[in-house]
Amino acid sequence: MSTNTVKLKIDGVDVTAAEGTTILKAAKDVGIIIPTLCSLEGLTAYGGCRLCLVEVSGTPKLFPACTTPIGPGMDVTTQSDKLKEYRKIAVQLLLAERTHICSVCVADDHCELQAMANQLGVDHVMFERNWSREEIDSTHDFLVIDRNRCILCTRCIRVCDQIEGVHTLDLKLRGKDSQVIMDLDEKWGNSCSCTSCRKCAKVCPVGAIYVEGEPIEHTKKRDVAEFIVERRNRK
Amino acid sequence: MIKDDKRRAMLEKVLKEHDYQESALLEILHRAQEIYGYLDKELLMDISGSLNLPPSHVYGVVTFYSFFKLKKSGEHVVTGCLGTACYVNEVEQILEAIEQEFDLKRGGSTADGKLSLLLTRCIGACAMAPNIVVDYEVIGKATKELVIQKIKQALGGVKAETS
Ligand code: SF4
Ligand code: SF4
Ligand code: FES
Repeated sequence: MSTNTVKLKIDGVDVTAAEGTTILKAAKDVGIIIPTLCSLEGLTAYGGCRLCLVEVSGTPKLFPACTTPIGPGMDVTTQSDKLKEYRKIAVQLLLAERTHICSVCVADDHCELQAMANQLGVDHVMFERNWSREEIDSTHDFLVIDRNRCILCTRCIRVCDQIEGVHTLDLKLRGKDSQVIMDLDEKWGNSCSCTSCRKCAKVCPVGAIYVEGEPIEHTKKRDVAEFIVERRNRK
Repeated sequence: MIKDDKRRAMLEKVLKEHDYQESALLEILHRAQEIYGYLDKELLMDISGSLNLPPSHVYGVVTFYSFFKLKKSGEHVVTGCLGTACYVNEVEQILEAIEQEFDLKRGGSTADGKLSLLLTRCIGACAMAPNIVVDYEVIGKATKELVIQKIKQALGGVKAETS
């Protein structure tokens, strides 16, 4: 069966990819890396962080590359001053939303938010910081969640549902009140569905979910979803 | 509260009507709240089991809509509007005054269960902002004094009139 292919341009490069491919994936296939935070190979796209915004000529609108499928004749720009400005704002908003203090975070130096801020040259936060004071849940035998560091990327929720298959995690409430919950908003230690597989800790981009007492670089294994999905689909 | 057979039977009828389809979750939650008055965790676990949906998903849906109540409401319910117009017209100060005066927190009830203070997104009466609803009466252009007086009246404290 032949799939239809689509021809387009990304940063001036001619690209041919299968219909339905996202801009993010089509760009990656030709070596163009678009900044992302919520997206993770092996999981469905979520489109929440807005780091991957790109320009498409002919419209002033910006499109999230991780959820936008390619179209014939599209002319996509992934790097520009305007995009860099927007990406810096997105990172600053994430930093301002909760309590991010790198120097006292388990994920210091192994954090995708911190790395993104460095990469984009974010050297201050121009928004008033909203110092959240959520209680840390360390009731689980070894997993800890500090929601003050959560950027609501939903990677943990997606890996728990789509890879581990138990859907212990979800989001409650909405907007800035949203929080990652276990079952009916139980303490993690009382969760009736969690299998303690620690995949959520492996993929969390920041220091929000971690393993008590374990160096974060041992815990983090952000390609775990891709690794499992690729192999389990092989017949 | 699930043990109450009559109400559980009503819920079962609703579930059956919808053929236990997970896509009917919202409708079923609506009806369950009509039947029980509020949705506690035991009930949500029951619905999650009946529809084969993960508990965290059901909880996420319930808390997404301010319409659903997780706790039993007090006999009298005061609802503060948090729509933009009410917000900029300082509904917050009125809410704080209610919390202090009646010793309760937003989202909760007084210890004696007589009064609940709830919040909602926008009741669509922006021209009259700030709005507070006391039981079924919308109080537009609300002030602390007016609202507290209304609540005292609702609670049966006639002496409030004299202030
Ligand atoms: S440890 Fe595994 S099962 Fe438990 S919440 Fe994390 S991903 Fe889900
Ligand atoms: S806990 Fe981590 S993985 Fe989960 S939503 Fe928050 S930042 Fe993302
Ligand atoms: S990576 Fe596209 S919105 Fe987060």
